[in-house]
Formats: sequence, structure tokens, C-alpha cells
Amino acid sequence: MPRYIAQRLVAAAVMAILASAVIFLIANLVPGDPVLAQLGDIAASDPATVLRWRAKWGLDLPLWERYGIFLQGLAHGDLGISIATRRPVLDDIIQYAPATVELATVAFLLSLLVGIPLGIAAAVWRDGWTDSLARAISLLGVSAPTFWLAFIMLAVFYGGLEWAPGPGRLDPIAFPPEGPTGFFLIDALWQQDWETFRDAAAHLVLPSIVLAAATVGLITRTTRAAMLDSLQQDYVRVSRAKGMREWSVVMRHALPNALVPVVTLGGLAYANLLAGAVMTETVFSWPGLGRYTFRSAAALDFPAIVGITLVVSVTYLLVNLMVDLSYAVLDPRVRR
Amino acid sequence: MDGSIAAAPGQAEQPVLDVQDLHTVFMTDDGPVHAVDGVSFRVGPGETLGIVGESGSGKSVTALSLMRLLEEPARIVGGSIRFQGRDVLAMSRTELSDWRGDRAAMVFQDPMTGLNPVLRILRQVTEHIVSHGRMKPAAARRRGIELLRRMGVATPERAAGAFPHEFSGGMRQRVMMAIGVANDPVLLIADEPTTALDVTIQAQILDLLRGLNQEFGTAIVLISHDLGVIGTVCRRVAVMYAGEVVEEAATEAVLADPRHPYSWALVNAVPRLDAPVGARLTSIEGTPPDALNPPPGCRFEPRCPFRISRCAQEHPPLLEVAPGRRARCWVTADGRALPRPTVPAAAAAEPPRMAEAPLLEAHGVEKHFPLPRRAWFAPRGAVHAVNGVDIALHRRESLGVVGESGCGKSTLARLLTRLHEPTGGRVTFEGRDITRASAAEMRPLRPRLQMVFQDPYASLNPRMTVGDALAEPLRAHGRVASRRAAAERVAELLATVGLKPAFASRFPHEFSGGQRQRISIARALALDPAVVVADEPVSALDVNVQAQVLNLMLDLRERLGLSYLFIAHDLAVVRAFCDRVAVMYLGRIVEEGPADEVLSRPLHPYTVALTSAIPDPGRQRVVLGGEPPSTLRLPTGCAFRARCPVARAECEATPPLADLGAGRRVACHFPGAFAPRTTARLETV
Repeated sequence: MPRYIAQRLVAAAVMAILASAVIFLIANLVPGDPVLAQLGDIAASDPATVLRWRAKWGLDLPLWERYGIFLQGLAHGDLGISIATRRPVLDDIIQYAPATVELATVAFLLSLLVGIPLGIAAAVWRDGWTDSLARAISLLGVSAPTFWLAFIMLAVFYGGLEWAPGPGRLDPIAFPPEGPTGFFLIDALWQQDWETFRDAAAHLVLPSIVLAAATVGLITRTTRAAMLDSLQQDYVRVSRAKGMREWSVVMRHALPNALVPVVTLGGLAYANLLAGAVMTETVFSWPGLGRYTFRSAAALDFPAIVGITLVVSVTYLLVNLMVDLSYAVLDPRVRR
Repeated sequence: MDGSIAAAPGQAEQPVLDVQDLHTVFMTDDGPVHAVDGVSFRVGPGETLGIVGESGSGKSVTALSLMRLLEEPARIVGGSIRFQGRDVLAMSRTELSDWRGDRAAMVFQDPMTGLNPVLRILRQVTEHIVSHGRMKPAAARRRGIELLRRMGVATPERAAGAFPHEFSGGMRQRVMMAIGVANDPVLLIADEPTTALDVTIQAQILDLLRGLNQEFGTAIVLISHDLGVIGTVCRRVAVMYAGEVVEEAATEAVLADPRHPYSWALVNAVPRLDAPVGARLTSIEGTPPDALNPPPGCRFEPRCPFRISRCAQEHPPLLEVAPGRRARCWVTADGRALPRPTVPAAAAAEPPRMAEAPLLEAHGVEKHFPLPRRAWFAPRGAVHAVNGVDIALHRRESLGVVGESGCGKSTLARLLTRLHEPTGGRVTFEGRDITRASAAEMRPLRPRLQMVFQDPYASLNPRMTVGDALAEPLRAHGRVASRRAAAERVAELLATVGLKPAFASRFPHEFSGGQRQRISIARALALDPAVVVADEPVSALDVNVQAQVLNLMLDLRERLGLSYLFIAHDLAVVRAFCDRVAVMYLGRIVEEGPADEVLSRPLHPYTVALTSAIPDPGRQRVVLGGEPPSTLRLPTGCAFRARCPVARAECEATPPLADLGAGRRVACHFPGAFAPRTTARLETV
């Protein structure tokens, strides 16, 4: 087991270095000149200004030298300076990431808590009403476009019924909680500031439902299929022949075997939720990485784009590492 | 012979299991399929009943019905099941799970899939001891380890904490048995418990079952397709056909003098080690009736060699045909016996050309499969599948290669046909060295060297019609000029293997297992091969179908002058089919010679154990302990010595495959030293 973990860790580190090279290369090879985007037409028509600007940002150096500088900075935890915000990219990311991570994590937990039980119920009572319900929810969740769902939710629960608060992480007049993490829920708990906690939680409800919708569908379907397969295995029949109660047959014999594909999908889904919240964040004015990414891309802010992509790919690697490790926990055949 | 079936009313002892007129159906779109159609039997305390029949006869559905373990769309629609007087069909869900695994237990066929891969062995053995309230967890753990020990699991303390994938099939079946008997059940139902196991392991498991019955008085219902297996454990047997019990009697009586034509066919279709050599097997034509619309008269009538006019009109009841015997047959209803089969002697076979140079030959051939590294710089292990085999197949000869799973026999077949490249040694075909021949160099030889595989379900492409599958090799090798010529040849091939030419337009799923194996043979024959290498071609088939296919292969040998290399684990089949036999153990040949000689007078202790392990009631058996050693690290000296009953110090030196004359070769320092008393009969089972 420790050897397995060590192997996975080394593999992940190698992958991260490879990823940084690919990301840097692609970001610097795309057509499009940040000069135009940053200086504007008039300033960019003066060749001397352009040259000076390029020299200032190191864009006049050959590609490999720029990669060398980038790697050197990376080794010191420096992702460079954002062209658009003029702040260190790392600071920007640290500022915007908690909002996204908080939203994605809540959405992820929501989709597990809904998807797995629903999938189990659908498989156990196959072709019953729970199965129909699960199918309806999966279909709706997977097929409803995010922006549409987001606007409908806002229109109904905020505009119409006024059950939910509007966009943003907190009420516009509220102050964010002081705290070490930047996750409002955790920081509010830290400060024992129940009012802010309620406010932050209420603001999370709609965006996390919207963000989770597609994932709930996928997890429900995968759980259902894996459970149906698992319930047909001989060992399930053996456990029934042993006189185990049906609850124990389903939860202790069938479920652990069905979780492997669910974990695989869950890992991918979590990484997707982290990286793919652009639409949801935009509609709900959520000050997260998604919106930062969108702005950086529009401004051709290469250092920011490279930094974000690197963070995202490292996140994918970490999540995959967790998935690999949980295989070993779930399935003794993977352990050596 | 006890009189349990007489079941006189007022019999003193209450039966453990009393099944009356059980009906189980599968609800299909075309209507209900009567899988179990009016089955009745009783099992008294400590009695042993076998249920035998071919696949689809309803025997497994009967077993599942007894425990009410059926799943949709199967449903019990009539009859009664009483367990010690309690009505099983009336039990609530809670009562049912209190009863199952406690008073009545079941052991299933496939030990590889019957254990939960993510739970430790001990928990699987003990969880129902605790859940049935028999013991506290700590006491249950001690009992679990004791159960594993009693079932013959090596190092039970260590096994208890392990996971199922760390065990062989035989060990897993022992664990399954421990699970079954954990709460000292009154009744144990075993559904084909040894079908997936090798013959020496099967003998061990059957011994365990018998021991349970004798020591603890556990009543046993044993489901099997193999009358020999049932004979070693069960006093009585019920023969099932098309959802009905067609005969019920003492097992010995059925084996010696079957009173229903179907039992007669079952008994006689099985090749036996003591049958005369060269005899064809008795097989009945046709297939079981359509379960949706069974014939109005006797269900076996369309296939019955003894039918009379009454059979087609009136459905026979299960009548007492002799004291303690019941049969569902108009022919034997008056108490007469069925005649012995008239075995048509095989046509005077042209003898194998042993004097000529062999057609296919291997010298010291080896195959090692490297394993993936366990760490980046760890040394690579290897599976030593074949470790230096000399073998020669002559024209018109059929040579059997036998051994237990993992002995390397299938790998040898793939080396000889060059589907694998040997790690060492030499392979020649028709005098040409093909050891390192490339795929392109093999191509012109392939038509003469064909293979038939074990699984008739997996070896035919489900998306190709049978006609296309047969025409493919013809076209690939340019044997046919036109579509029309291909179609003609396909029709001819189908006729050769006894199928209708019209079947060419059908898809594989429309055929039964036996028919598919005929198609596989036809495909092998398409290019007029000289050698057909058949890897377990009949082991997935029911005995009657097995007899049909073997007879067909014998006929084809005569008609087409084929040579067969026949890989099998069933010694009796090999004896019926082959001129010569080679016995493999751990990738080496341990004994070789004329099939009849080797199998009736084996000289190597392993061959002795193998032949003796074949379940055959009334024969002295040697139950070989242990399991073959790992192929990862080959043992030094004689590979068999760890399990050998007569191993001595000399066996630390590897014995050569020594020629003993009369075509016999044995790799043993003491050939013939180990011989069971073949004359002694086993104390009555």
C-alpha cells in the first residue's frame, strides 16, 4: 500500500511537469497579440511603444528562455504578474479560488447525497416509481442548459417566490467573515458568526443546485447501473441464501462493489465542477475563478491563463490521485 | 436401498424437505415458460438426494425454488414446499431470512464469483452466525476459523483475514462450504458445487460433502449434470427432463439399470474408463422440447429410441416400476428393463501412420509469460506455462493432452499452432521449422493447421451469419472464386457437420451450444486441414451433446483423414477419443503412451491420482491432497513430489521422461510404485 501511494505520487509529479510545458507552449503559440488587447489601437500603432511594452513583459525573448524564466518562477511559487490586473497571478488565484472551491464542493456533496441514494433506490426497486423519478431527474439534469436553468431558478425562487437571496456570495451590505480559509461557511463557523453563516449558506443554495444538476444526473445513472450489475452477482445471491436481511444485502454486499465506477465518475465530476463553473458564476455574479478565467481570456492575459490552467491541471491530478487511492480502499484486488 | 420415496403416509419420521407438485414458471413476453412442472420429492433427515439433468432441465431452478431465491421473472405458481413441516411458501420475508442460512443452507456452482471480492473471508463465513443470533462476534470468529480448518482450508488463521482473490477455486469452494454449514443446517442444497473445479479438487470437495452427511447427519440435495458425481455422494437420485422428474430411484440402480429412456441416454452417453476401446458413444438425437409448448404426450417421446404409439398421445405419470423406483414412462411401466445400448463398433479405422515422420512435432518447447513489474525497478517474474515438452502428432492420429487447469495444456496447443511464439525449443509442421515463423510465413500453412476452441459462445462472432463466418476463411485464402462457389462450399460444410445448409443465413445466437460447436468444427474444416487442434471442444457441452460432437469428430477423422491434437481435462473422453495420450503437470509431460494402456494401467502417481479421482461410484479412489504449486517459481526436482504419496529422497533429482517400451514414457523414478487397490470396492456410499 505505501508503495502504491508512492508510485501514484511520483507519477502525478511527473505529469504536472509535463503539463506545465504543454500549457506554456500552447498559451504562447496561440495566435493573438496581447499588445493590441492591452494598449489599444492607437498606442499599438506606434512601433516604439509596442517594442517597449513587449520588452517590459519579456515578450521579446525566445520561447525557451521565457519557459526557463517561467519554470524558475514556478519553483519559487511565482506564477508571474497578470498583464490585466498588474498583480501577481498567484495572489489573484488565491483571492478568487475559495469562492469557486466552496461552490464546487457544496455542489459536489449535493450531487453525491442526491445521486447515490437515488441510484440505489432506482436499482433496488427497478421499474418502480423511484426508478422513474431517478430517470426524470437524470434526464432533466443532464439535458437542461446551465444558463437556462440558472435564469429559471433565479426567476422563480428569487424574483417570484423570494425564497432565495439574489446573486453574489453574501448580501450586498454584509461584510465577508474574517477568517483564514476564504470559504465563507468555514470562516463564519470559525468566528461563530451565525448570521453570516446563514447568509452565505442561503446564497449557495441556488448556484450549487444549478451547478450540481448535470452531475446529479450522471451520478444517479452510474450508481443505478453499477448497482443493477452488482445485485445480479452471485455473491449477492449467496448473501441472500445466508439469510442476510435485504438492507444488509444491498448496503453491505452490493453497494461497496458498485462504488468503484461511481468514484471514478465522482473524481472527474468534481474536477469538472471546479473548472467548469464559468457559466454559473457569471449568472450568479459569483466572484470566483470562473469569472477571473473569463476576463483573463478576453484580455489575452497569458500569465494569468497559464497560471489558471496550471492550477486546474494540478487539481485534476490531485483529484485523480484521490480516486486512485480510494480504489485501493474500496477494492482489495488493487492493493498489493 | 431404503424406501424413502415410498413415503407411506404416517411414516414415523417427519421429512426434512417435502416438495409436492412444485410449479415454477418464467414469465416471458411469449407466455409462461414452465421451468419446473410438477416436481415432487422428499428428503428425510440425514438423507442424500441427487438431482440430475442437462442444462435447461429445471434442476437449478428447482434448487433456487426450494430456498425461494428466485428472482424476477421467475415465480413459483403452484405446489408446496414443506421444511420440517413448516410451509416455506407461506413464510414472510423476515421468517425467510431467519430460516435461510440457518436451518437450510445452499452452496452454489461458481466459487470464483460467489464470494464478495471486497469483504474478508472471515466476515463472509461468520456474518450470518452473528445475524442469526447464534453467537456473539468474538465466538463466531473462533468458530469461523474452526470451520475453515474443518473444510480443509490451509492455514485457516491466515486465510480468515485474506480476501477471496487470494485463493484458488478449490479453496474458495471450501470457504463456500464453510459458509453453508456455519450454523449446522439440517439441510444443505449444493448446486453443481464441483462443476467449475478440477477433478482432483472435485474429489476433495465431494469427500467433504459425504463427510458432512456421515458425521453430522446433514441432509443433502446435490444438483449436478454428472451422474458419477451424484453417485459418490447420494443414495437416491431424481432425474429431471424438461421440468419434470422422469425417474427417481437409488443411484446405483439408475446407473446399472435405468428405467427411463432419458436416464438410459444419460448413463450411456458418458464415456467410461472401463468401456471397451474404440466404441462409439451412445447419443440421442434432437433437443429438449420447446418449454412454451411441451408436447401433449411424453416430453421425451420425440427423441426416444424406445417410443410406442401411446407415448405421443398420453402424458405418462410417475409410476412405481419396481420396489422403491418410480419412472415416468409407458414402456417400462410394467416393470421391464431397458436393453443395453447396441454400440455400433467404430468402422475399421485406418491406423495412424506411426512409422512415417510426424506431421506436427515439438522438441523441448517452452513458454514463459513475463509478468508486469511490481515496482519500477523490481525484477520481472514470469509464469512458466510450458517447460520443455517433446511431443509428436502423426498422420491420422488423435493425440490427447490431459491435465488440470494451469498445467499448460492450452498454452501447448497455442504453441503448436503458433498462436504463441515459443520462448525456447523447436516446433515443426510437415517437416518445416515454424518456431520463429512470422505471421506472413505462417499464412500459407494456416489452412493445414486449424484450431477449435472450448467456448462455442465466444468463438463465433455474434454479428456475422454462420454462412459469412464459414465463407471468411475460404475468401481470405482465395479458395473460392465467386460468392456462389462460397455459398456452395458453405452448404457442403454444414452438411458435413450434420447441420442443415439453410442454417447459413442464421446468426450464432440462434443455435444451441452443441450446434455452435459443430459450426466451429465446420469452420476449422473449411480449408481442408491436415491437423485440427481442439482445445477442450466438448467440455462446455451436456453429456448427450458431447457424445454427438465426439462421434462427429470420429467420423470426420475417418472420412477426411484428419489428425487431432485433443486438449481435455476429462480422461474418459480422451480414452474414448484418442489413440495416444500425454499427461501434463506443471508444464511438463509426466506420462505418455497409448490412451487405453495409460489410463487403465497408469504408471505415474499423478496419472494414478487423476484416473482415480474421476467420480464413479463403487470404485476405490485416491484423493490427492493439496493443489498444484505456483507456476511463478518452478519447484526443483520432480514437480509432483510435494503432492506425491510415494515421494522419496531420490525425487529431488528431476526424473527424465524415460522410455519404458511399448510406446510408453514416464517421468518418474518409481514408475508403477503407487497403485490403488483397483479391485477393492468402496464401502457403500
